[in-house]
Amino acid sequence: MVNILSLISISIIPFIMSIILIHGFIKGINLYDVFVEGAKEGFKTAIKIMPYLIAIFVAIGIFKRSGAMNIMVNLFTPITKLLGIPKEVVPLVIMRPISGSGSLAVVKDIVTTYGADSFIGRVASTMMGSAETIFYTMAIYFGAIGIKNSRHTLSAALLSHIAAVIASVFICNLVFN
Amino acid sequence: MINYIWFFLIFIGIVVALFTGNIDIINTTIIEDTQQAVMFAIGLTGIMAVWLGLMNIANKSGLIKSFSKLLRPLTHILFPKIPKDHKALSLIIMNMVTNMFGAGNSATALGLKAMEEMNTLNKDKKTATNAMCMFLVINMSSVQLVPLTVLKIRADSGSSNPTEIIGTSLIATFISTIVGIISVKLLENRR
Repeated sequence: MVNILSLISISIIPFIMSIILIHGFIKGINLYDVFVEGAKEGFKTAIKIMPYLIAIFVAIGIFKRSGAMNIMVNLFTPITKLLGIPKEVVPLVIMRPISGSGSLAVVKDIVTTYGADSFIGRVASTMMGSAETIFYTMAIYFGAIGIKNSRHTLSAALLSHIAAVIASVFICNLVFN
Repeated sequence: MINYIWFFLIFIGIVVALFTGNIDIINTTIIEDTQQAVMFAIGLTGIMAVWLGLMNIANKSGLIKSFSKLLRPLTHILFPKIPKDHKALSLIIMNMVTNMFGAGNSATALGLKAMEEMNTLNKDKKTATNAMCMFLVINMSSVQLVPLTVLKIRADSGSSNPTEIIGTSLIATFISTIVGIISVKLLENRR
């Protein structure tokens, strides 16, 4: 099963690429010129998202490196305890929506400390595999097109994140205990 | 909202750094993390260019339109306001597919293009549409089928079965995506 999924993962990009090129070729599109014309836009987008990325990276960097992140984790521990979330994975719960590389480091730390096959290790791995970074994604997607008012995106994304956290703990309890 | 979060992160960070006596981290962050941000954007430029080039071909050949039409039954429920043969629909689905199979940067490139296409339907260019909110929430809650980096970490630390968490992750992702979709639908009717 995993092998099949990995195989698809590797071949998905070449597959989409071939379909687009073959279809374009049959339709008599001047592939090379049309490709280059579209590719030019790539630079504009990258430059457009750069200031948003820098703003987010600086804010998260300061928050993380100063130790403020750890303080926040401690503040949240009583609440998460109430939800039955093991306190060892709380840093991950907080970090996951904020930073992808940061949460990966947390998972690494949890897995080395408690063991990958421990309950804590499994919950952390499941959580990492079932959520995405929120702030940075929102910043670049909305930043790229100049949206200032994101309306209910953040609240819905956070609700979804909380659901992922609770579901991870619940499912691991069910499957591994 | 992002305004407050941004201020909060930096302000609290500086205050904590002051009290713990490592105020120098502010300088380190400004030097190192901004560089990281720029490198990321530059790294994305190449992939952006490739996908936008390919999308330009798919657009001119009519492939995007036919694909959007084909997906109509699926996308209609989630994005009722996007016309049935609109380019945004194909891009949204391709973003989801590449995301699921772990091609993160390609997914970002396609996703940014999808946002741009959705913005052509937007009357108030400063405010997100329902479709954009729905798209982003799905995007942020659904992840790759095989979380390779997590598997690598597990394998490196000597797990006897590194892949056992794929199933649990998939179920958790599924639940979180459903909750995300319902939340968007409920929240979008307010105001």
